[in-house]
Amino acid sequence: MAKSESTFKNMVLSLTLISLGASTCLGFVYQMTKAPIELSVLNKKLLAIKQVVPDFNNNPNDERYRLPTGEGDSLDIFPAKKDDILVGYAVNTNTKKGFSGNISLMAGFKPDGTIINISVLEQKETPGLGTKMTEPLFKDQFNDKNPSTFNLKVKKDGGPVDAITAATISSRAFCDAIQRAYNTLQKGGLK
Amino acid sequence: MNQLQNFTKGFFKENPILVLVLGTCPTLATTSSSLNGMGMGIATTFVLIGSNVVISLLSGVIPDKVRIPAFVVIIASFVTVVDLLMQAYVPALYETLGIFIPLIVVNCIVLGRAEAYACKNSVFSSFIDGLGMGLGFTMALGILGAFREIIGSGAIFGYKFIKGDGILVFILAPGAFWALGYLIALINRMKRT
Amino acid sequence: MEYILIIISAVLINNIVLAQTIGICPFLGVSNKIETALGMAGAVTFVIVLATMVTYLIQIYILDKLGLAFMQTITFILVIAALVQMVEIILKKISQPLYQALGIFLPLITTNCAVLGVAILVIKKNYNLMEGVVYGASIAIGFGLALIILAGIREQLELADIPKGMKGVPLSLVIAGILALAFMGFTGVVK
Repeated sequence: MAKSESTFKNMVLSLTLISLGASTCLGFVYQMTKAPIELSVLNKKLLAIKQVVPDFNNNPNDERYRLPTGEGDSLDIFPAKKDDILVGYAVNTNTKKGFSGNISLMAGFKPDGTIINISVLEQKETPGLGTKMTEPLFKDQFNDKNPSTFNLKVKKDGGPVDAITAATISSRAFCDAIQRAYNTLQKGGLK
Repeated sequence: MNQLQNFTKGFFKENPILVLVLGTCPTLATTSSSLNGMGMGIATTFVLIGSNVVISLLSGVIPDKVRIPAFVVIIASFVTVVDLLMQAYVPALYETLGIFIPLIVVNCIVLGRAEAYACKNSVFSSFIDGLGMGLGFTMALGILGAFREIIGSGAIFGYKFIKGDGILVFILAPGAFWALGYLIALINRMKRT
Repeated sequence: MEYILIIISAVLINNIVLAQTIGICPFLGVSNKIETALGMAGAVTFVIVLATMVTYLIQIYILDKLGLAFMQTITFILVIAALVQMVEIILKKISQPLYQALGIFLPLITTNCAVLGVAILVIKKNYNLMEGVVYGASIAIGFGLALIILAGIREQLELADIPKGMKGVPLSLVIAGILALAFMGFTGVVK
């Protein structure tokens, strides 16, 4: 098997050389993949934004800014513009009130605060129940509603939102995330 | 054994997960769908081939006492390379497999083959061994994934063939345990007939 | 208060073996007697807590500072391997019988996905050092819990008549599946 003797010198030498060789190769691969990785991260964000706001030709990621939610944290806001005219805001919002933890959404609002579309980025809800929040049957009911007139509460809590059957907590959490996004936008003084 | 036997042993006789029962962690976690499982299998195969070849090349110069740390460094390097390449070029699969990509480094199959085969055999044989074991692993993951996907989501390779949900527990942890358990039991039964 | 949440989540809700399916090899290998299960759980806890501390410090003060985040896998696994060696040496001196009982499984802690998994998760979840250590210890307790429960069941099964094809690994897996199902009942406990 190994033809080298296990002398102290040999052990240290071989380990050092192998580690150096490995680190060099890795450094090289890292440099090579750095740009494509950054690009794919950016594309993923842009894709999420594209799904929730109308056509734009600026780079919402370059023009993004953070605003406080009023609850101690802040959210990223991506303004979408066509020919320099604001057509919408994409807000990367989240809530900790999901049944199984964090839920992360990209919510698109018109300049006057009306919801355009919502995209679910991350959730770990119960499959078959809370996960239904990604389906149009649930999430599309928010489209074209303005939170200033549309109460973001499920029917059980007196509001107009149709919760997912047997997934009230997930539905409430979803509403909470949208509400936070709206509140944060208002802090930037929208409408 | 000739190279053909060397290559095919990883599929049936010495299938890493179904016969040797190595590498169970990624098996249970990534087989919620057939494509995910096979993606994991292919990533592992790359690491297996890479580490088998390099370790076989260097087996003459690595002193016996430090062989395990040396193997670990080599394997970890290949895992990192696969991790970076996947992050750059197949980001969707990268996100789905998540933490299990770096965990390839502690996949018993990889270290197991390095220790049992690569350091004692020629570079070409080690290459074939890595390829065969890796593809056998991929095949098993594919089968397990297909089983769980069909029953659990009513889909295969991402195409749903029923409306609504399947028996959801099969795409979750309990289903993973059961599916693998019964699959191994089936193989055990077949081995005796 | 945060810490209680971390502990309950790691031990019951996101149990590393039964929910995240990480750490299966030792789980199947050492769970045939309660005594060895206890010993293994103890050794793993010790390694995980130490490993979490050391890898966290290395990540923050070396890898991140020098922009070497891609070296994470290599450095972490080497740290873990070194710690396991240390534990082996210490155990040999302190308790020969336990050292004998654990046998081959002791060096196998290095390849225990749970140890490396926890080290990586602590970084991913952005915990600070204290939170990371608490998380690590809780994961280890969860691992031990799953291990001991399975060991208890398997000890009882020694007397049962099991079909030949199911003996050993398949039966343990099916039982683990039932345990996993039971533990799913814990989701939603922490709101």
